[in-house]
Amino acid sequence: MCLGIPGEVVEIQSDRPDLARVDVSGVRRSINIGLLEDGPPAPGDWVLIHVGFALSKIDESEARAALEFLESIGQAYADEIDALRESRID
Amino acid sequence: MRHVDEYRDAGKARALAASIASLCEPGREYTFMEVCGGHTHTIYKHGIEDYLPDNVTLVHGPGCPVCVIPMGRVDDAIHIARRPDVILATFGDMMRVPGGHGSFFDAKAAGADVRMVYSPLDALRIAERNPGRRVVFMAIGFETTAPSTAMTVLRARAAGLDNFSVFANHVTIIPAIKAILDSPDLRLDGFLGPGHVSAVIGCRPYEFIARDHRKPIVVAGFEPLDILRSVHMLLVQLREGRCEVENQYGRVVPWDGNAKALQAINETMELRPYFEWRGLGFISHSALRVRDGYAAHDAERIFDVPGVRVADPKACQCGEVLKGVLKPWECKVFGTACTPETPIGTCMVSSEGACAAYYNFGRFTRDRVREATR
Repeated sequence: MCLGIPGEVVEIQSDRPDLARVDVSGVRRSINIGLLEDGPPAPGDWVLIHVGFALSKIDESEARAALEFLESIGQAYADEIDALRESRID
Repeated sequence: MRHVDEYRDAGKARALAASIASLCEPGREYTFMEVCGGHTHTIYKHGIEDYLPDNVTLVHGPGCPVCVIPMGRVDDAIHIARRPDVILATFGDMMRVPGGHGSFFDAKAAGADVRMVYSPLDALRIAERNPGRRVVFMAIGFETTAPSTAMTVLRARAAGLDNFSVFANHVTIIPAIKAILDSPDLRLDGFLGPGHVSAVIGCRPYEFIARDHRKPIVVAGFEPLDILRSVHMLLVQLREGRCEVENQYGRVVPWDGNAKALQAINETMELRPYFEWRGLGFISHSALRVRDGYAAHDAERIFDVPGVRVADPKACQCGEVLKGVLKPWECKVFGTACTPETPIGTCMVSSEGACAAYYNFGRFTRDRVREATR
């Protein structure tokens, strides 16, 4: 919950510019991008997500390192992904 | 392109370890606090302490949001959740946290409508779909989650969802660091500053640590080499007689933080005069509540909240662990009466808690077993 999780932006929703579809470890869900400082991200960009909100853009190597770290911590990350799977932000 | 290996390279780690050792003055003890539970995770997971000389000690701080919630706040939230018209939504991490009379899981088993959500926006969606019910979001966390709560309150207001409210338990990291600096229990030589919290608040709020307390602080990333590099930066500062705020995690943390996130928090929430932290007691101006202008979305004003105060179980030494005075394995009940399956204290509940991290990664070297069983 407290650690940010990296997600790759898949698409920006044209009808809802504050939302983006992201892929987090294979799970695709919508998140809010209204808190990103330097404008909306583009597909292929990586963002650090905290409980449904992107708080920073990060580069791909940072994202991969963070993902590997999170995947290595086991149950806590599995629980986070399970929670994300249940998420329906709209 | 840079690769993950850049943050994990064993050769680089060994070179850093050697450089760290050479920076330490013989006979001097160095104690650094890592404030953030995520750092604690990395340190145990990768055995970072094995790369450090014996006279450099890392102690764990209060930066686990689940761990610092006092039992009384859980009881207050469960009191609200028991109302038949209420749906209480909270993060999965909170579900097993024991209150004075059980956890959210227990309350759910006893019939309360408690739901696990990933995001406060999911709680808002529940409110939208259940206009006849009152949806209360049990909000917890430091500055990493407070902006999300703030944005959700703004959205509830804009959408006219008056059946959505927040039971705010957001805490702020700076007063906790200040409380630790003012506490006589612990002598610290510097801090590893939290990574993701700093992405929101930036590095400036830490300046008082260097200026008023003459301690260095380095905002650190979460990779093993980030931690080693940050320890190295702290030791260089001490060697050169400097006390400054430095940012090792510049690839994620802007010096000024995230202005939009801070603005959202400031619009909807304000500092409480004081708030109780588990283990640390009451700390002035250390938590957020919903502002008057958003009273319609403030569960503490909508519902009768008993304001329960519950003393921590006597056997539990979470307080000492959260202040860094005790290592997890030094607690009387660690790994025996208190385990992740049957936690007594919050530090064993949350995966970011020092005790759970230590328990799960089994960094129990023989020396420590001897130390613990002496």
